[in-house]
Parts: sequence; structure tokens; C-alpha cells
Amino acid sequence: MTNDLQQKIYYFDHAATTPMREEVLEEMLPYLREKYGNPSSIYSIGRESKKAIEEARDKVAAALGAQSREIFFTGSGTEADNWAVKGIAYANRNKGKHIITSSIEHHAILHACKYLESEGFEVTYLPVDQNGLVSPEQVREAIRPDTILITIMFANNEIGTIQPIAEIGKIAREKGVYFHTDAVQAVGNVPINVEDMNIDLLSFSAHKFYGPKGVGALYIRKGVKIVSFLHGGAQERARRASTENVAGIVGLGKAIELATANMDEHNKKLMELRDRVIDEVMQKIPFVRLNGDRYKRLPGNVNFSFEFIEGESLLLMLDMKGIAASSGSACTSGSLDPSHVLLAIGLPHEIAHGSLRLTFGIDNTHEEIDYLMEVLPQIVGRLREMSPLYEAYERGNKNV
Amino acid sequence: MYSEKVMDHFMNPRNVGEISDANGVGQVGNAKCGDIMKMYLKIENNVIVDAKFKTFGCGAAVATSSMATELVKGKTVEEALKITNQAVAEALDGLPPVKMHCSNLAEEAIKAAIDDYKRKNGLMDEEEYENNSCSRRCDDIHRIDDDE
Repeated sequence: MTNDLQQKIYYFDHAATTPMREEVLEEMLPYLREKYGNPSSIYSIGRESKKAIEEARDKVAAALGAQSREIFFTGSGTEADNWAVKGIAYANRNKGKHIITSSIEHHAILHACKYLESEGFEVTYLPVDQNGLVSPEQVREAIRPDTILITIMFANNEIGTIQPIAEIGKIAREKGVYFHTDAVQAVGNVPINVEDMNIDLLSFSAHKFYGPKGVGALYIRKGVKIVSFLHGGAQERARRASTENVAGIVGLGKAIELATANMDEHNKKLMELRDRVIDEVMQKIPFVRLNGDRYKRLPGNVNFSFEFIEGESLLLMLDMKGIAASSGSACTSGSLDPSHVLLAIGLPHEIAHGSLRLTFGIDNTHEEIDYLMEVLPQIVGRLREMSPLYEAYERGNKNV
Repeated sequence: MYSEKVMDHFMNPRNVGEISDANGVGQVGNAKCGDIMKMYLKIENNVIVDAKFKTFGCGAAVATSSMATELVKGKTVEEALKITNQAVAEALDGLPPVKMHCSNLAEEAIKAAIDDYKRKNGLMDEEEYENNSCSRRCDDIHRIDDDE
């Protein structure tokens, strides 16, 4: 895309990834330079790397209310999701072959479940309500004697809806079924305690909370029966063999420490930006709807559908103005169907195609929102002017 | 992912709008698939003297609409009917593979507008018009994609 190099970037896509914090980079650099020892080596620079990893593990455990030995570093959130779902399925196939999930999970969960179906497992995809909420009662009703796993995301990446995780965790515990949550969008953004919430497995990724890309983790409650993800050396207690991404893990540790320490302050700011954008867009732009729950949503997430226009066009025009955002339209999904999440909350295809997701971060300012609110209504207006759907609507002819 | 020419036709689309006294109007695509193109033609003495469009769709859909209107202007009806989706895509210095179906939309819109003109001017009977009417569905596109 042709962006003027001098143009300022208005980055409103923090659910896609976040800029790494300077403090995080500083902590990582020594492990990319002089502290290059292999953590499995017994000499001093090896031991130093090992120590750095264990310190990061302690930080993660502290942030989640877990024990350090329950944290396993991975290469990404997707890897952690795959490990959780397939690892539980294969380790418990003698007990049963049934898995419960929701229809709005990330593809890392949905496609892993589809794969397991091809392997003979049975998967129940629970519906969600119009705001994207899973009903804990429906989870309870879906549990069968052969259910081995419930996997429900903590917060949705597109519409930001936060699920009743503690309630679902309680039901899973009562019924003796393992409960996994894909918390990729939640960790560092909303308070989480794996004990209080009865979570057995939890996945996340560092780059969603100002850490580096290429590193994530899976929390596995002590005693959970799961197969090892990679077979090889004794790293990660032989559950996930591979020479560790030391710098990445150190960065993850620092990032989660910072995110947890400043969560209340950050969230207050993010909610202020979020609520301002929701209020102003709903007020200034006609034929718009807010997708996702108005209150049970991630502090930095807004998701709108603008009628009569298509999301990719909207993104391209925003990009020309220096604004980075995302959409659930077919053209941006790489397929020809709009987002499965927007369809699951009941949006018709044509409305789902016109969606815009803006996800704010701790560096965004009210001045940046001023600019957004100046540009967005103009672009929506311009696209509607060239839309035959809008023309038909204006003529009162809805039979398009 | 888009060529500079596509971005130019997307950001500065030629011939956006309606023609009040158009004598050939065609609309193809559907909202469910995420793209609709409506083409207005003004045809005098068998020559397309003006063309305008309105499009609901992605960047490629807007750019191909814009290019299609440029390509048909000044052409005879017969010449315009020979414009293929490939020609529209090539005029834009190519489209990403996943977006090639958008150029079909442009070719179909030209044909639909000319069919409308022919029908209105008694150059085509109703039965032929019905048979020619485009009924492109999302399923058709999906099948094409699945084959790739």
C-alpha cells in the first residue's frame, strides 16, 4: 500500500499486535547479544539464560495466580491453543471423544477442532447471543458423560466480548471436565486468576500486550493429563522440547509484569477512548451498529458495522489517511465469507461486510481520536455516495 | 497487494455516479457476496458516449468498475461486448489472484447494461434477455476458488 513515508501512523489495531515497549526491548537485548548461552548448558552463561527463563516463568505465574511449574512457554498463542486442544484430546481419548467450544472462537481453536473431528472426535459448537456471549447454562447442558474438554475464549478478538469465564469454569469443575480458555486477547488487558476462575488450561501470546512476537505460553494446571507437544530434549519439563527462545521469553516476562502492574490505569484510559469513539460514531454517522456487548467488552475494542459500504474499501481509504484498522469483511478475511464471528451474532452478510474494528492501545491519545472522528465520517460518506445499495435505499427501493 | 494503478482507480475513481438519461442500466453481483456493481450507459447511434457506475465492494471492485467505464467509452456496442474480465484486469496492471472474481463483475456489468439497452430498443426479445441475465452467486465463486 502506498503510504507516504512521512505520514504519521494512527495505529488503532492493537488486537492484531502491539508495539513492543522500550523497557521490554532493553531487557531482551542482552540475551540477543552477550548472554547467548544455551539454557541447557551447565556453564555460567548457560545457567544465566536458564535463570532468566525461570524468572520470566515466575512473573507469568504471579500475573495469573498460578504456580511457576504450571507455565509452559510456546512459540505463539496459536501453538498454545493447538497444544491444549489436541493434547487434551489425545491424552484423554480413552475417557471420551467429545469437546465443547463456541462458534466464535479464533481459528486456532476452530481449525484444531475441525482437525480433531477428522480424527473421530465429536465437537459441539455452542451458539452465542446477539452480543457474542456464550450461555453458561448451555455449556452445562452440552456436557455429556464422554466430554473431555470445554474450550471457550476469554475475550473475542473481533467484537471484544468478554465471556462469563468464572461461571463456565465453575460448571466445568463441578462436572469434572477440563476447561481451557484462549486468553490471547485477555491477558494483560483484564484481570485473570486461574484459581478463582477454575481454569485448567489457558493460552496467551506476548505480542498482544507490548511484548515480542514469536513467543507465547500455555498454563497447564498441575495434574492435568495432556500429551507433550514436541518430543526431543528436556526443555519445558519435556512437554515442549526445543532450545528456548530466551530473549522472547524474557520479553514476555517483562511485558506481563508491566501490563499487570499498570492494568487499572491503562484500562481507565482505554475505556475512556473506547467510550468516546462509540458515543461519537453512533451520534455522527447514521446507519451504524455497534457489534459486541456494550459493557462486557475489552477496554480498547470497538467494532461497528456501517450499512451500505464494504469493509476493505473502508480500510484502504483509512490507510491512505494513515489510519491502521481492521475489518471482518470477506475481502479482508482471505475468503469470500465475512467473519464467522459477525455471522454468529446474527448479522446478515451485507452488514457483516461493512464492519470496522478499531482497537486502542496505551499510546493512543485524544488528539488521535479527534483526527479519527474527522476522517471516518467523511470516508463513510464518500463510500456511501458511490454505493448502489445506498442509492437504492435513498430511493426507498429496498429490493436490491 | 494492489498495483499502483488499482490504487489510483480506487482512490480517484473515474465516472462515479448516475446518468439521468441513461438508456442502458445493468446491475450485477449481490450484497451477500460483498460486491454489487451498477453501470449506466448512454448509447447514441450504437456508440457508447457516456458511462458511469456505482459500486458496493472492495478496492478491486471499485477499481475494475472505474476501469470498465473508461474502456467502454467511445466504443460501439459490439466492441464493448468483447471486453473481457482479463482485459479489465490487465488494464489495471493485474489483480491479486483472490480478487480476480471482481473483474468478472465488471465484464458482467457491461453486458447487463448493454442487454438492458438492447431490450429497451427492441434489439433483443424478453426470452433472450432473461436467459442472458446474470445470476452470479457466492457459491459459484467459492467453487472456482476451491478448484484453485
